[in-house]
Amino acid sequence: MENLQTGDRVRYVNGGTALTGTYITERDGMTVVKLDSGYNIGTSPEKIEFIGRPALQPPAGAGVVVQSRDLPELAIISTGGTIASRVDYRTGAVMSQFSASDILRAIPELGDIARYRDRQVASILSENMLPPLWQELARAIYEEIRHGVAGVIVTHGTDTMAYSAAAVRFMLKTPVPVVFVGSQRSADRPSSDNAMNALCSAAVATGDLGEVAVVMHATTNDDWCAVHRATRVRKMHTSRRDAFQSMGMAPLGYVDYPSLSVTLSDEAVRRGAEEPELHDALEERCALIHFYPGMPSSVLDAFEGCAGLVISGTGLGHVATAWIPRLREMIEDGTTVVMTSQCLHGRVCDRVYNTGRDLLAAGVIEGEDMLPEAALVKLMWVLGNESDPERVRVLMQTDLAGEIRWRSV
Amino acid sequence: MDYEKLGLKAGIEIHQQLDTAEKLFCRCPTALQDVSERTGEFYRYLRATESELGEIDRAAREEMKLVRKFCYYTYDTVCLVEHDEEPPAPMNPEALEVCLTIAKMLDMTPVEQVHTMRKLVIDGSNTSGFQRTALVALSGALPDGCRVETICLEEEAAQRVEDETFSLDRLGIPLIEITTAPCMHTPEAVQKVAGHIGMVLRSTGRVKRGLGTIRQDINVSIADGARVEIKGVQELDLIAEVVRREVERQVNLLAIRDTLRERGARVDHTVIDATSLFAGTASAILKKAKSILAVRLCGFAGLVGREIQPGRRLGSEMSDYAKKCGVGGIFHTDELPAYGVTAEEVARLREFVGAGEEDCVAIVAAGRERAGCAAEQVMIRAEMALSGVPEETRKMLEEGSTAYMRPLPGAARMYPETDVFVTAIDEPLWEGIAVPELLTDRAERFARDLGLDEALARQVAFSERLPLFEKAVAAGVRPTLAARTLLATCRELARDGVDVGRVSEDELLALFSAVEAGRAAKEAIPDLLTELARTAGGAGAPGERVDAAIEKMGPAVSQADVEAIVRRIVAEREAFAREKGMGALGPLMGVVMQELRGSVDGKVVSETLRRELKRLLS
Repeated sequence: MENLQTGDRVRYVNGGTALTGTYITERDGMTVVKLDSGYNIGTSPEKIEFIGRPALQPPAGAGVVVQSRDLPELAIISTGGTIASRVDYRTGAVMSQFSASDILRAIPELGDIARYRDRQVASILSENMLPPLWQELARAIYEEIRHGVAGVIVTHGTDTMAYSAAAVRFMLKTPVPVVFVGSQRSADRPSSDNAMNALCSAAVATGDLGEVAVVMHATTNDDWCAVHRATRVRKMHTSRRDAFQSMGMAPLGYVDYPSLSVTLSDEAVRRGAEEPELHDALEERCALIHFYPGMPSSVLDAFEGCAGLVISGTGLGHVATAWIPRLREMIEDGTTVVMTSQCLHGRVCDRVYNTGRDLLAAGVIEGEDMLPEAALVKLMWVLGNESDPERVRVLMQTDLAGEIRWRSV
Repeated sequence: MDYEKLGLKAGIEIHQQLDTAEKLFCRCPTALQDVSERTGEFYRYLRATESELGEIDRAAREEMKLVRKFCYYTYDTVCLVEHDEEPPAPMNPEALEVCLTIAKMLDMTPVEQVHTMRKLVIDGSNTSGFQRTALVALSGALPDGCRVETICLEEEAAQRVEDETFSLDRLGIPLIEITTAPCMHTPEAVQKVAGHIGMVLRSTGRVKRGLGTIRQDINVSIADGARVEIKGVQELDLIAEVVRREVERQVNLLAIRDTLRERGARVDHTVIDATSLFAGTASAILKKAKSILAVRLCGFAGLVGREIQPGRRLGSEMSDYAKKCGVGGIFHTDELPAYGVTAEEVARLREFVGAGEEDCVAIVAAGRERAGCAAEQVMIRAEMALSGVPEETRKMLEEGSTAYMRPLPGAARMYPETDVFVTAIDEPLWEGIAVPELLTDRAERFARDLGLDEALARQVAFSERLPLFEKAVAAGVRPTLAARTLLATCRELARDGVDVGRVSEDELLALFSAVEAGRAAKEAIPDLLTELARTAGGAGAPGERVDAAIEKMGPAVSQADVEAIVRRIVAEREAFAREKGMGALGPLMGVVMQELRGSVDGKVVSETLRRELKRLLS
């Protein structure tokens, strides 16, 4: 029994039943078999008899995908987000597809929009993303831009896509669209949002945009994708297709589906407005903490020695009064502390209440209307490129990449 | 027909909705809604996923011939799970318990671990593009040596409102699928087995009742024919007829095949553009078509128009295939001239495509692309006629004939639903499942122990009012009174337009106890029910409402009043009574009851009357 391999033909004998099927795996002491009817069942191993081991079938279906030379060239850079997948019905396994030809086979209409170069930077779940991977990603995108692609598509898990997009935006100046895309509903399902999101992102990547954006479903319908600015976008729902929303501003544009016509707002940076530049230094010793009532100031001890700290404070940008002495100490010891709000909507103003005024007096920097995550990534970048505390303060309160809006509307 | 000689093999799949509080993979209620109650609409496209062989499931591919946008109606009783906007909740334990109960009643063996699968269905009826389904138990017994192969627990699909619009209220209701072996050999046996399984299901008291809550798919094949699955037979009484008609269809298709072979028939694979031939046609359909394409079916003359099933011809089958391309249907020369196409046009068409006496010409009229697709489909179906009966999934039409739906799905269109944990069916769970009494056994018991006649006993046992009946009997109500009231009286009142459905169970029980306590006559029940229905929803406890109805319908009549009335009536008809003797009892009974307007139990009246008559005659 212990020698069974995935794909072996087996017989399942239970009571008066004898059925044939395919051995899948052992899990928690039970054998998982895919019966010939297609159903999986779990059974005690002793009810399984080996029948035979079929010759391995070469993974077929690798048909040639012809890419049209007349179309613009895009780079697809994958980090692990699944834009296409394939189901092995023999075993029921779902496999992610990363190569350009695999993706084109799954979403053939992409071939009508552009031709593609593919590149894999990582193959991770996005909760396992790391700042060094952001840097690697920015470098890879920069190389692709230097290579002359008309645009870049980054496939990314949706959980931390907004962090990565913002990080790339701070590190990179780009003349071409850099589009982050993912899917909220798994790519194996016929209803997945992957194909529409991918097609819309390709339309944006070949279009007139000239900045880093996130392109995802705008509604629960398959009707529009929204184009979001990398530094103002947030995942606002755990599972819905339209989870991504522009915060404090309207989206940069929309893509109609299935026509794929792209409409950009006046505010969207246009293609060619920037020259390519890469400034990939990051100060990783930064943190983001979410304050709650009763949170002890001793929590801050864990952040001792941090170069930067973003606080997601209450309301207008507050923490408990008891925190202020400890924060003052940290700032005096060289930690940059930036205040943002857990309200997510609206601007920090520490000049209204005493607590706020005391925070300012202690040296806390008002993070304006920056999203806490964008502020964290920005702080890493600013501290990676600037050491003078006063310059850091000024930069944190300067709109570098669309992360600050000066008018709240 | 000699079904044994024909080698008839039939099996059934029964789909039954379960009457659970919540859906299978979310916490929504299992209630159906009226489409006018919808709170929103949204739409999606579905796309088949590539398999490891680079193949899309053949049934799924067939559905993809038409690029379709699906619209969904949503309600306040529906959540993001039905919208395919949230992962499923854990499998509903109540649904699993009902499924296991049925498995146990059918003497099946449960699997040790239930794995939920995703079965690709991209006809739009599932927002996700797959149906969640799990194999729960195997191998059960049926009467006459037939076997149940499997029982699966799955989610019900959304129901089609029209075309590509679906309603999400039904999506996710727990559904069990019972699949039998192909162990039935006559049409009647199929109907009998379906009836038996239906009875077992209803015996649980935990399945939904009413039209559309149970559906049978029937698998039929004959020797040399092919396995054909007929979907969605809702009425039990039609099952045998559906089987008979499918056998007839296969026999006729085989006869057509033999004739085609004798004639050396073949399909000419050149599609001929015949648009110009019909430039001045009077046929409305042909006139507005951008493209008219013709297919020459050599040696098919007379066979395309031959009836293979009541109302169905080989031509209808070709037409079904062509419709998959979005055309309305086809014309063929076996049925022309007709539909505004003249004999002259037919002759010109025949000549144009070079069709001889033995050839049939089929034409499709539509936009260029659709017409091309449809012409190809006609050729595909014609080729199939040369080899006999194609394996197909078919849908039932009214009366029991069928039309083509799609090819039989491949077995390989399932993969694991990774968002649902596996469920172990261990010894304590299985042993703890109580097996309810079969309705047939219950009917026998009612006849034996409660003194109901056999027909009434069976009627009560199979009725939706069974739980109330049992409650009433347990409360001391005479079984016949309860049974007659719940079945006959309520039905008669409903037929007369009284909304008896609005009378609550508690009111019915209170009414029974009033009758049994002598506070109301059983003859007054129809009037009391009518009054209770009329005032349904009014204030007061059930007992108070029943008392109020009794008060209103007829003030209580005392035994002394009854005796006075009886005495008066007998006195008035003394001559008649003396002439007829005790034989006057019946006629006088009617007169007294009319006067009392049912406010006194007939038994009391008849006893009083008998006493009075005896006194007069003695």
